[in-house]
Amino acid sequence: MPILELDQVSKSFGAVPAAEAVSFAVEPGEALGIIGPNGAGKSTLFNLITGNIGVDSGRVLFGGEDVTRAPPMRRCLAGIGRTFQIPQPFQRLTVFENVLTAAMFGNRSSQAEVSGDCARILVDTGLVAHANVPAGKLTLLQRKRLELARALATGPKVLLLDEIAGGLTEAECGALVDLVRAINARGTAIVWIEHVLHALTSVVNRLVVLDFGRVIATGEPAAIMASRQVREIYLGIEV
Amino acid sequence: MSWLDTVVQGVLLGGLYALFAAGLSLVFGIMRLVNLAHGDLIVLAAYLILVLVTALGLNPFVAALVAMPIMFAAGWALQRLVLNRTLGDDILPPLLVTFGLSIVIQNALLEGFSADSRRIYAGGIETASLAIGPVNVGVMPLLTLASAVLAIVALNQLFYRTSLGRAFRATSDDPVTAGLMGIRPNRIFAQATGVAMVVVTIAALYLGTRANFDPATGPSRLIYAFEAVIIGGLGSLWGTLAGGIIIGVAQTVGAAVNPEWQILAGHVAFLAVLLARPRGLFPRAVD
Repeated sequence: MPILELDQVSKSFGAVPAAEAVSFAVEPGEALGIIGPNGAGKSTLFNLITGNIGVDSGRVLFGGEDVTRAPPMRRCLAGIGRTFQIPQPFQRLTVFENVLTAAMFGNRSSQAEVSGDCARILVDTGLVAHANVPAGKLTLLQRKRLELARALATGPKVLLLDEIAGGLTEAECGALVDLVRAINARGTAIVWIEHVLHALTSVVNRLVVLDFGRVIATGEPAAIMASRQVREIYLGIEV
Repeated sequence: MSWLDTVVQGVLLGGLYALFAAGLSLVFGIMRLVNLAHGDLIVLAAYLILVLVTALGLNPFVAALVAMPIMFAAGWALQRLVLNRTLGDDILPPLLVTFGLSIVIQNALLEGFSADSRRIYAGGIETASLAIGPVNVGVMPLLTLASAVLAIVALNQLFYRTSLGRAFRATSDDPVTAGLMGIRPNRIFAQATGVAMVVVTIAALYLGTRANFDPATGPSRLIYAFEAVIIGGLGSLWGTLAGGIIIGVAQTVGAAVNPEWQILAGHVAFLAVLLARPRGLFPRAVD
């Protein structure tokens, strides 16, 4: 049974469709990539999955349960974690407090139960040296890492990553890919929106291509990237 | 009256204003809610203490302890059932609703207790005083200031040392993202208002024992509380204490120059601080 399933999900903003009858499923432990040009509705799709935006029609299923009407907090507890394209840390909390808050409330656990996990996550994401810095003082790269750390701390079964590789150096990108792969290897399913295709395709085993809110192709990364339609959409973007 | 004495009395009076303001500051800091009924809630709590004192014969300090959980529950329910529905991008609904609440509380108190001014008798401690060096200090004003400092220390401990405090700060930063971390902003807000009502009860104890109050006393207390919060910088509790003390000192100094200037001097001090530091003395770095 898929861990996450979208069934004919549609959403428009006024006359502009952001998602039109989008359907796809994510198997437990899978790594799925979502690509598409700017404005294709990729981030909106994440908002529909987390419940920050309600669907116009269609269903969102998580672990076989219909969560279409569930508030974001319930979906977080069920096991959906996400990062934002534009990092949104709790600025007046320290890095450690950000992760600790996510871990305690996201798992309904006590500080003693989660502090070990928090420390490990900070090490994994390379933030341990900044643990006691207010998140508002971090650089953009560090904020992106904190997004990932905080999402991990909620103990997700599915982790939604929204353009976390943009603006990184080659070495940083390589480290990030290793980290995402390690998270995936521990059994967390990944759904990753990314423009940095070489990073994406080195992790995911399936790609969904979105254009104007519609799924125009689904399949193995190599086959998708070879298709003419996708190449046209991505013309000018280095593969 | 020496100048030293005047300033000391002003600082002590500032403790009372800081107590009036701390709950307001807490609620505004966490949920950007300006509670126009704050002064009336203080008066309501004062009547609650009065009832406990007269009906059960309790000492006012014990009565305040009994009133605290009642007021916490009232604040929790008020936030959960009413105020949470008013929060959003539009700042007008909370203002209108709390303004209406202010009128409702005043008239309910008028109906229940008449317009007579009342006072909570604390058994002679009101008139007791201590000689500290050259200055005579009233025991009640000293207790007020000590309570204000203690309340602010306790609130800061809650804010920076507990998981509820982290949730307060996280939700105040970004309620939408907090929801994605498994936090229920509405519950957090309800607990924050409950805590604010506990502080309101402490303020009510000193309001009621130090001076007369009647159902219409609230709005004038609200003004001082507002000014203290704004002078201190929105969201800073120590700033709120500083703001209260500035208004208190300005009032006693003004009164020493000319008794008619007491209230005016407080407001002038408020305007002067706003002119020099529009964001208050201790504004938040990130807002």
